[in-house]
Amino acid sequence: MAANSAIEGQIPLDEIRKTQLKTVLRIEPSKGWAPLKIGELWEYRELIYFLAWSNVKIRYKQTVLGAAWAIIQPFMTMLVFSLFFGKLAKVPSDNVPYPVFSFAALVPWTFFSNSLRLASNSLIGSAHLITKIYFPRLAIPIATVLSGVVDFGVAFLMLLAMMLYYGMMPGDRMLWLPLFFMLAVVAALGASLWLSALSVEYRDVQHVMPFVLQFWLFATPIAYSSSMLAEPWRTLYGINPMVGVVEGFRWALLGVHTSPGPIIIVSSVAALITLTTGAFYFRRMERTFADMV
Amino acid sequence: MSDAVIRVAGLGKQYRIGNKQECYKTLAETVRHSFTAPFRKLRSGLQNGNGRRNSTIWALKDLSIAINRGEVLGIIGRNGAGKSTLLKILSRITEPTEGYAEVDGSVSSLLEVGIGFHQELTGRENIYLNGAILGMKRNEITRNFDEIVAFAEIEKFIDTPVKRYSTGMYLRLAFAVAAHLQSEILIVDEVLAVGDAQFQKKCLGKMNEIRGGGRTILFVSHNLAAIQSLCSRALWVQDGRGIEDGEPGAVVADYLKTATMFLGEKVWDDRATAPGGDEVRLHAIRLIPEGDTNVELMNTATPLMIEVEYWSLKPDTKLSLIMSVYNQEEVCVFSSNSASEQAWQDKPLPTGLFRSQCHIPGNMLNDGAYRVSLVVFKDGSTVVHREEDALVFEIQDNVEDRNGWYGKWAGVIRPKLYWSTELLEPFSDKAPSKPIETSA
Repeated sequence: MAANSAIEGQIPLDEIRKTQLKTVLRIEPSKGWAPLKIGELWEYRELIYFLAWSNVKIRYKQTVLGAAWAIIQPFMTMLVFSLFFGKLAKVPSDNVPYPVFSFAALVPWTFFSNSLRLASNSLIGSAHLITKIYFPRLAIPIATVLSGVVDFGVAFLMLLAMMLYYGMMPGDRMLWLPLFFMLAVVAALGASLWLSALSVEYRDVQHVMPFVLQFWLFATPIAYSSSMLAEPWRTLYGINPMVGVVEGFRWALLGVHTSPGPIIIVSSVAALITLTTGAFYFRRMERTFADMV
Repeated sequence: MSDAVIRVAGLGKQYRIGNKQECYKTLAETVRHSFTAPFRKLRSGLQNGNGRRNSTIWALKDLSIAINRGEVLGIIGRNGAGKSTLLKILSRITEPTEGYAEVDGSVSSLLEVGIGFHQELTGRENIYLNGAILGMKRNEITRNFDEIVAFAEIEKFIDTPVKRYSTGMYLRLAFAVAAHLQSEILIVDEVLAVGDAQFQKKCLGKMNEIRGGGRTILFVSHNLAAIQSLCSRALWVQDGRGIEDGEPGAVVADYLKTATMFLGEKVWDDRATAPGGDEVRLHAIRLIPEGDTNVELMNTATPLMIEVEYWSLKPDTKLSLIMSVYNQEEVCVFSSNSASEQAWQDKPLPTGLFRSQCHIPGNMLNDGAYRVSLVVFKDGSTVVHREEDALVFEIQDNVEDRNGWYGKWAGVIRPKLYWSTELLEPFSDKAPSKPIETSA
């Protein structure tokens, strides 16, 4: 029909139909555990990208110092740690200058803790989206965690600058670094899925978060080294996935001698279990989000 | 017809009361709950388990409907009738509690314009973000970008944060993105409730275009005029159930008959107890639409008559009535005094039953709900009786004379005024007068 083509810029209906999968969607009550629908999530990858991208933009636009915060946060913590743990308590730092020793751990830690802090509030903060339109809800915490990657990148440059200042050249081991960062992302995502889904039903989560993060900070060898522990306790310590991340970063960048191999394996398994269970728990709780948030 | 794109069968949605604000639990509550659960189960078992059911409501119940390809379905009903719940289930925002819906084709839902818009982001950034949220692909947005910007008329401000936009610009941009959604089924909730005249005109124009393209549209609106002119079919939902489904004009008329707030007559038969005093007592107050209009379908063009019957009980008392009409905002639209009637002016009434009629011309009251208060005076200044909510009635919108505009007609009253326009001096063709240049 000629009348149809009058709609400027709109693809004729028949063409739309051709490009879309012809399956009848059935909307009905669901019970119990739901499939993860990774394929659908992949369909929405552009949405995840735009959500993450807008998170970053908004964060930088709304603050006076913008990207500088990505450095200030871990840097100040490093100064405090260097003073109290390095200078006063004289905590051993694997024969590496204490400031760079703690900063190498604080950079991935800050990524992890910011992810958890922001993601635990992400669903409640996106109530206006959840109650108005459909998309895989997993996109929200995933985008929140991914938006922290930019901050991580900025802080990582600072770390490289500090290493140069102390005359430390990164070697071949640095090639392993992406793997350790992936571990940090998986660990952050796993915990974020649990926390964000829990926070919709239990608003207490927001109040508990500061304590959880503080406890987790000291339960991770950031101010100290895991080499203070004897085996097999040191390997078991890897159940906290951030132990693997921190030890991996130090090994890859600072050339500390204690090889973290077994820890990395334990941490990776722990992180993957957290991610899988978190994703399933999230999907199970997802159906009530729009009614509760 | 078997060409149904949406098939809904026995759809129901149950909410716990106070769900939105109070439903989320605290950990302490859950812990307590799990400890006391066995006891509660025991107790509710003894009471046949009725205890919990009271705290839930069905926002939607047993709804079945089949919507065919290319239909434009208007959904009407009072607030809280379940219209939005239906749209939310079909948009997959919330799950039904029972029943199912089958949707054959891609769905775009527009329950609000500008979902995900952020004040700090520029127009350009918001177009991409909002487009992605609405389910558009990035290259699809890029392809339509210029057209979206042109449609929104914001070319100059495309790189300005939307927090600096006027409300009109903001809405136009938000709608422009949504208007370029390309899906077979479009679900729209109350987009006409916002925006100025021009915005509405654009919205409706676009909806008409989309309708022409053979897409299926589900459209919720309180605006019955828009429903009647845009939709090919209407569904009336009340208390979560579908009441009527059919031709929009008929469904709207039936809806108005029951949905109208109405107290059109009060009668007191007993002269001893009727409201009033020693001098006067009321017998009846009535609202009568003039012409052959139903009381339920009175619209802004309908002339009305308000009739008051009263007993004058004391001889030679000067009685007068003052009738005041208030709108929903409690603004007194007008007051009228029966003493202005020449025949009885300043004359005492004999005893007996009287009837006074007051005529309100058509094209005077705007659409909306009104209440009438009646005050009876003695000697022009002493209040004998006051009847505050003597009558309550609702005037419907008049679909005619709107020239394509479907928003709320502005103004306390809605007179049809006499206009006259004449050409004073035509420009001669030979020496066209220069238009005044405004640009510098």
